[in-house]
Amino acid sequence: MAGLELLSDQGYRLDGRKASELRKVQARMGVFAQADGSAYLEQGNTKALAVVYGPHEIRGSRSRALHDRAVINCQYSMATFSTAERKRRPHGDRKSTEMSLHLKQTFEAAVMTQLFPRSQIDIYVKILQSDGGNYSVCVNAATLAVIDAGIPMRDYVCACTVGFVDETPLADLCYAEESGRVSSLALALLPRGGQIALLQMDARLHQDHLETLIEAAMTACKGVSKVLDEVVRQHLQEASVLTGE
Amino acid sequence: MLKSKTFVKKTRSGGVMKIVREHYLRDDIWCGSEACTICKQESTVLEKDACSDSTICPYPHYLIPDTNVVLHQIDVLEDPVIRNVIILQTVLQEVRHRSAPIYKRLKDIIHEKEKHFYTFTNEHHRDTFIEREPGESANDRNDRAIRTSADWYGQHLKTAGPDGLKVVLLTNDQGNKQKAEESGLLVHRFEEYIKSLIAHPELVDRLALSNDDKNEITSSKVLFPEHLPLSRIQAGIKAGSFLQGTFRASRDNYLEATVFIQGESEDGTEVLIQGLQNLNRAVHQDVVALQLLPRNQWVAPSSVVLQDEGAAKDDNGDEEDEGKVLISTAETARKPTGKVVGIIKRNWRPFCGMLNVSQIKESTRHLFTPADRRIPRIRIETRQASTLAGQRIMVAIDGWPKDSRYPNGHFVRSLGNAGEKDTEQEVLLLEHDVPHQAFSQAVLSYLPKMPWAITPEDMEKREDLRNLTVCSVDPPGCTDIDDALHCRELENGNLEVGVHIADVSHFIRPGNALDREAANRGTTVYLCGKRIDMVPELLSSNLCSLQSTVDRLAFSCIWEMTHEAEILKTRFTKSVINSKASLTYAEAQMRIDDTTKNDSITKNLRGLNKLAKILKRRRIEKGALTLSSLEVRFHMDSETHDPIDLQTKELQETNSMVEEFMLLANISVAQKIYDEFSECALLRKHPAPPPSNYDILMKAAKSKHVDIHTDSAKALADSLDVARVDGFPYFNTLLRILATRCMMQAVYFCSGMDSDFHHYGLASPIYTHFTSPIRRYADIIVHRLLAVAIGADSTYPDLMDKQKQSALCNNLNYRHKMAQYAQRSSVAFHTQLFFKNRGILNEEGFVLFVRKNAIIVLIPKFGLEGTVFFDSKDKTGPKLVFDEEGPTLMVEQHTFHIFDKVKVTISLDDTNIQHQKIRMSLIHPVIPGVSVSASDIEPQTKKPRLDH
Ligand SMILES: [Zn+2]
Repeated sequence: MAGLELLSDQGYRLDGRKASELRKVQARMGVFAQADGSAYLEQGNTKALAVVYGPHEIRGSRSRALHDRAVINCQYSMATFSTAERKRRPHGDRKSTEMSLHLKQTFEAAVMTQLFPRSQIDIYVKILQSDGGNYSVCVNAATLAVIDAGIPMRDYVCACTVGFVDETPLADLCYAEESGRVSSLALALLPRGGQIALLQMDARLHQDHLETLIEAAMTACKGVSKVLDEVVRQHLQEASVLTGE
Repeated sequence: MLKSKTFVKKTRSGGVMKIVREHYLRDDIWCGSEACTICKQESTVLEKDACSDSTICPYPHYLIPDTNVVLHQIDVLEDPVIRNVIILQTVLQEVRHRSAPIYKRLKDIIHEKEKHFYTFTNEHHRDTFIEREPGESANDRNDRAIRTSADWYGQHLKTAGPDGLKVVLLTNDQGNKQKAEESGLLVHRFEEYIKSLIAHPELVDRLALSNDDKNEITSSKVLFPEHLPLSRIQAGIKAGSFLQGTFRASRDNYLEATVFIQGESEDGTEVLIQGLQNLNRAVHQDVVALQLLPRNQWVAPSSVVLQDEGAAKDDNGDEEDEGKVLISTAETARKPTGKVVGIIKRNWRPFCGMLNVSQIKESTRHLFTPADRRIPRIRIETRQASTLAGQRIMVAIDGWPKDSRYPNGHFVRSLGNAGEKDTEQEVLLLEHDVPHQAFSQAVLSYLPKMPWAITPEDMEKREDLRNLTVCSVDPPGCTDIDDALHCRELENGNLEVGVHIADVSHFIRPGNALDREAANRGTTVYLCGKRIDMVPELLSSNLCSLQSTVDRLAFSCIWEMTHEAEILKTRFTKSVINSKASLTYAEAQMRIDDTTKNDSITKNLRGLNKLAKILKRRRIEKGALTLSSLEVRFHMDSETHDPIDLQTKELQETNSMVEEFMLLANISVAQKIYDEFSECALLRKHPAPPPSNYDILMKAAKSKHVDIHTDSAKALADSLDVARVDGFPYFNTLLRILATRCMMQAVYFCSGMDSDFHHYGLASPIYTHFTSPIRRYADIIVHRLLAVAIGADSTYPDLMDKQKQSALCNNLNYRHKMAQYAQRSSVAFHTQLFFKNRGILNEEGFVLFVRKNAIIVLIPKFGLEGTVFFDSKDKTGPKLVFDEEGPTLMVEQHTFHIFDKVKVTISLDDTNIQHQKIRMSLIHPVIPGVSVSASDIEPQTKKPRLDH
């Protein structure tokens, strides 16, 4: 049996996108009233919910407190119904723990934690439906939630997964592409300054190709940031209409 | 960013998994027509004036074939007459799933600019995408998608050009055609359309038969049991009631075959099948499902030679002799016997062969006899039978209905007149599966643009070795020079020796069409008077060939050695060289021997020669074998290219000089890439033969009171060295020829998939191929590995994937084996030509093997081997007594031993046009009633006839 053809001779991917095109991104902010900040984001068929509490006092052991900045606490989980086969453990497995750690690192680089010494910010992200690029979608959703909570950030953090097929970088991989024979990397970017908040790659890739791939990822992230920016502006407008300002 | 406004979720269920995929629809997919004024396309594929000479479509139009038309009629679609065709994505994808070879051919057509084939991505176009409706089968949905696209094109091109352009849908599916007509599309059956191209009647013969046609030409009587559907086969295999295996027809008996069962079971790996009914339309190499017969119906393999010959058999009768082959044999000889119940996968390819023209003058139905005896005769329909008689032609099988005695097929193309050199060459290439078509446009597009020159960037990354006195030594007339050498004295008194290999991997980048083509071809094939290149000529004979006095890119392996050939240092580097001379072996030898010459090239050669002798001696001390096989060379007439003389190849000292350094480079590189990539180094091994292989050699030697030890390669080499018989100088060579026949085949393998690396023949613990990248693909991979190892090039996933590499090795081993067979067939054919021109010759030879009913004789003068049979079909043969222990064969009063000197006559037996062969008859020793006298040769009264 022939495997899937990830990029046709005509330049179209499995789902009809061209190499550098992102999936359709849709998002809403402030979906829960109880939390300090929340957001729901769909990137293609990958759907994530992010909730932010804080900044508040350190809960639990006081010794975790940092005297010059806030502690960021991230928890990543996947809904049991998020994949084609029902998941046994929604969180707490090695992959989730690793993902939580990556999210923590990403937001430590973006949130202006020095403004809130000795306090804590909690970010909870849940993947409701998984179709590739879980990490990136979580970051994008969490960014909106953090903004919704009114916590100052240096810039939006936008993330995107890119892969390398037939010498061509593919932006924003879906699950079918991720599971094919592709070397992929995930990158989180602060678009305005062009700083990289996190870069993660498990596959083998030759050094010569790395630059091309990172460049493609950065372009894709900037694309994401435009969409997020629009969502935020839209949300503000709606909010200001409601408050009558 | 996305242009699409809507997206549709496509749900596909497979098993219990539900896969949800996004499917974007776009409005920026263009129609590809030159005449269109609506689309904002940058380049177009389809021509504005798409005229064709069709009588039923006398207006400019484009064609849209459906999937089945592409799958069955690719032979016709490939013809230059068929142009301006729209291939829908739906069709392309279906073809990809159904047949990889046809998919590749289709892609090749699409790449060819002159064909004007355009791929329309209809599944992602906003106006042509359709969803599967409830209750609609996937096939029906795809047919509807094709009709929708055809309709869209029709509307879209209405305004294009002055009179508009039309699109014509081609389908052989009756239902589809009817629906298309109902919705007002232009639609024709493929045959109908091709027949309407009255200027090109030759296309009609190449049409594959469609279902309707098959019904017309066969009777209604059912001859064969029905094949079971795949679902029942799979269930049966799972339940253990059916077995799956590869069908291998017998060469000698058309009513018999064996099936090799793929599986773990030790005992029943081979199942016998006898009789037409049980064979049930399986063709050689098909993957079949079979059912074992009850034990009491098991039979033994027949030893009868049965060939399906004579006139076409009526579908209605005479199966009395074919229903079963009655053989009464002892219980013990019986083997598991079965019958074919279904076909899992057909492995049909186009077959070479000849036409038996039907005796009925007006008939258009004829039988085709394939050259390969394992393939059944095929019935084809053609109006040009009288032209095709006497020609070698290719025929493809279209199907084998259960009410037809023979499979139905269609004429693909003619290869030329039988017996002509070009035709026979084509046949032997096709039959040995040697890819030899001209390189496709897609492949050629990856060649460097001419004029090509080494750029400053190239120079920057490479060592400049142009000042070294490098020279190459090759056979005369060699244009693909892979390797060059140099040798010079260093200031510290040591010697520096360099082997410089053409840097092919610089030009062939991983994964592109050029690379894939080379990987598929695997090797350049050398036939007598013809070379089938692995890479296009621009590379093989120009840019990569290390010709003299031009700058060339090379991959160099450089050693520092003492004068005693002890290696002190080894290094590898990409380089630029400028060879000072391209010499032949003879020229190099003359320079070395001519004491008056003292130029730098000659000194170079002498240095190399001296070191090579030491290296060789050391290698032989370690137990490397020097075996012998007679290779023949034809002297060709320069105009007719007929062989005018035949002689065995002579080896010069310089041959072994070059060889020695190539071996050394290969071993050095093998070690390096294995050290660097223990899991994915591509290596070459030569397994030690099992001891039983040597039986015949030991017996043969013993008959001359010589002992051969085979405990190790070293022991064998030593005992061969001392094996002498007084008054029989040729004995040693014969013994070495016999020893060669005992050996195993050397193979490529991936180091991560095997633990035994030993190369028996070279007595080296590790070995690979590095020195001939122009003509062997394995070397290209080795170059890439080495380049990565020294940081000169980048890697790519497939290079590090041991599964992929293992699959590649399998292909390379297969191609090398087939190339070898093709080469032998080519030599055999030229030998026949040679003897045809010579008439009958009397020569001396030696008995090489003794068989039950024959002796095999080697004629050293021609390097020719032939069989002298002592039994014949027609008359009662002489009394034969075979003794396996000797082995000896007593014919009447005379006993033959291995190594006996005999005298034979050699002539060409061309009674069978498809299978001509060299015939040998005994002259001396004289055995009454068996041997012939030199003048009294049986006249060839029989008319040449077609075989089978
Ligand atoms: Zn158009």
